[in-house]
Amino acid sequence: MSDEPEKPAGAPETPEPAPAAPAAPAPAAPAADDEAAKAAAKDAALEKAKAAAAAKAAAAPPRPAPAPEDPNKPLWEKDPIVPEWKDAWDDPVAAALKEEFGERIESARTFAGDLTLHIQREAIAEVAASLRTKHKFTYLVDVCGADYPKREPRFDVVYHAHSFEANRRIRLRVTTDEATPVPTVCHVWRAANWSEREVYDMYGVRFSDHPDMTRILLWEGFNGYPLRKDFPVEGIDTGSAIYPEYYQETAGPVAGTGTGWKPAKPPAPAAEAPAAAPVTEKPS
Amino acid sequence: MTSPFVQPFGDESLGDNLLNRSEEMELNFGPQHPSTHGVLRLKLKVDGERIIDCYPIIGYLHRGTEKLFELHPYFQNVPHTDRMDYVAAATNNLAYVGAVEKLMGLVVPPRAGYIRVLLCELQRISSHLLWLATHAIDIGAMTPFFYTFRERELILDLFEEYCGARLTLNCMRPGGMPHDLPVGWIEKCRVFVDGFLPRIDEYEGLLTENRIWKKRTVGVGVLDPQVAIDYGITGPMLRGSGIDWDMRKQMPYEVYPEMQFDVPLGKNGDTYDRYLVRMEEMRQSNRILRQCLDQIPEGPIMAKRPRVMKAVKDGEVYHGIEGPKGEIGFYIVGDGTPNPYRCHVRAPSFINLQSVPELCKGALIADLVAIIGTTDIVLGEVDR
Repeated sequence: MSDEPEKPAGAPETPEPAPAAPAAPAPAAPAADDEAAKAAAKDAALEKAKAAAAAKAAAAPPRPAPAPEDPNKPLWEKDPIVPEWKDAWDDPVAAALKEEFGERIESARTFAGDLTLHIQREAIAEVAASLRTKHKFTYLVDVCGADYPKREPRFDVVYHAHSFEANRRIRLRVTTDEATPVPTVCHVWRAANWSEREVYDMYGVRFSDHPDMTRILLWEGFNGYPLRKDFPVEGIDTGSAIYPEYYQETAGPVAGTGTGWKPAKPPAPAAEAPAAAPVTEKPS
Repeated sequence: MTSPFVQPFGDESLGDNLLNRSEEMELNFGPQHPSTHGVLRLKLKVDGERIIDCYPIIGYLHRGTEKLFELHPYFQNVPHTDRMDYVAAATNNLAYVGAVEKLMGLVVPPRAGYIRVLLCELQRISSHLLWLATHAIDIGAMTPFFYTFRERELILDLFEEYCGARLTLNCMRPGGMPHDLPVGWIEKCRVFVDGFLPRIDEYEGLLTENRIWKKRTVGVGVLDPQVAIDYGITGPMLRGSGIDWDMRKQMPYEVYPEMQFDVPLGKNGDTYDRYLVRMEEMRQSNRILRQCLDQIPEGPIMAKRPRVMKAVKDGEVYHGIEGPKGEIGFYIVGDGTPNPYRCHVRAPSFINLQSVPELCKGALIADLVAIIGTTDIVLGEVDR
């Protein structure tokens, strides 16, 4: 905030706050508790700052226009070309599926070269079967879930399938909520079995007709679905308060204590009542 | 295609004698069994020595890596990928940074691409060496362990010289590489590459025509090609069944299109064929390493990239590469912030392990150890 003598445009403004600057410390020194003087000093300082900023802005040279990019520059020295979503109804697989299933294929778009089809939940098993038999997408790469709590319905289930014949991939997406199960595709691709169990384990999305709809990575009876956005990162109580059948009273892992593992204490007679907390179904 | 070891059980309705009468029993295999390569638990239903049914129980090593990905910026997530398949960190890194680069539209300079391929092929050899050592020990051959760990040590030394770490490398960044190769690294790598081929012959001399080894592996854990595809199996497991599918060839990434190498295929899909495929893969990796060392260009190692990387809102990509165990892929969703909104890992060990119940039906319990070994799982990746 030093004085800038070389400014022609800021010249008329700078003299005004200039006397205010010495005034600021002057009243503060003799009467430290004088609120009015303090406020005045503050105002003066603010004014000065504003004026200086204005002077600076006025004096700043115009921004030089960005130099034109050298077209011969290699790609890695240029700014990255960020991919965009594009409609892809002209894709042969998308067009064929659209013809077969009509409204049940809701959209076909590409992003960064990946074709994504949005499919109605009830039709996913039929679309998968058609993909596998008619379009030779014999290999299921992956099934995974995603959670968008602000959206209705909140969950996505995303399938990636691959065709060895055409050497290409396709992404299918359905949306669902907690209450509505998604038809399983494990009768189409056996690979879906464990992946769908993982989606159920992490998000609580159910798959109808699945041969073994149980948790896979977490233990049966775990309280909550950890990859949901509303699941606390630091974890939840998994000690005796929730699982009295697994832990001694007041023992077990407790949330909010790091990895805190409470050692089992001899139960005090007064502590017996809160230990029998009700088992909650969902974290909320 | 059924295993030649499967014998028909006695049929009581035909008046079989007592010797053929069977009784089912449940047996827990693991989670603390040394042959399960970690904490894998298999609930077996056995009839004598024969396995009737098998139900894998996993998750003992679950650490919530996918949740952790959502908490950190894109470039800070690379170390998390090291800790999934902890014997093949470089390929995990490459799959992750490849997915981020696809999401951001970054183009990697050629020198960085060559360094990546160098590290990944070294990693593939090191992972296969570890597999061979543990697989052989499971079956009862102790000596290969000492031989393979001798060479694995040399590879880990090369890694240590490049990035300071031996296992959890954290050696790639979205957009390129963190460091250039140190002075003299290429010469040291060349010394390893030149000396490695005779060493593979040494391992093969111990095992390939070994009568005990063949008795324990030929015809054990036969995987039909159609079943393999149906289960989504990738990597040497799939190629052992004769399916020509290597993402380095068919969906090439980095500088693999410029490399000359063959994809070894098996015929019978048994444990022995998968062993042969992996041995040949080490030779081919060695070939790729040699080409990389000869062709590596000078130049920058990092692309022009924004200081704070933010993905486009609602952008989503899947990028998979050929890891030592199969296709490792990342599905990333961006939401316009510096953190990924969702990052899912397609872990090859997780998918390949799914086929174990199919492989061990009718096998002996002793063969189960060979079958787990031949799937080459790492539980850190299965459970994530």
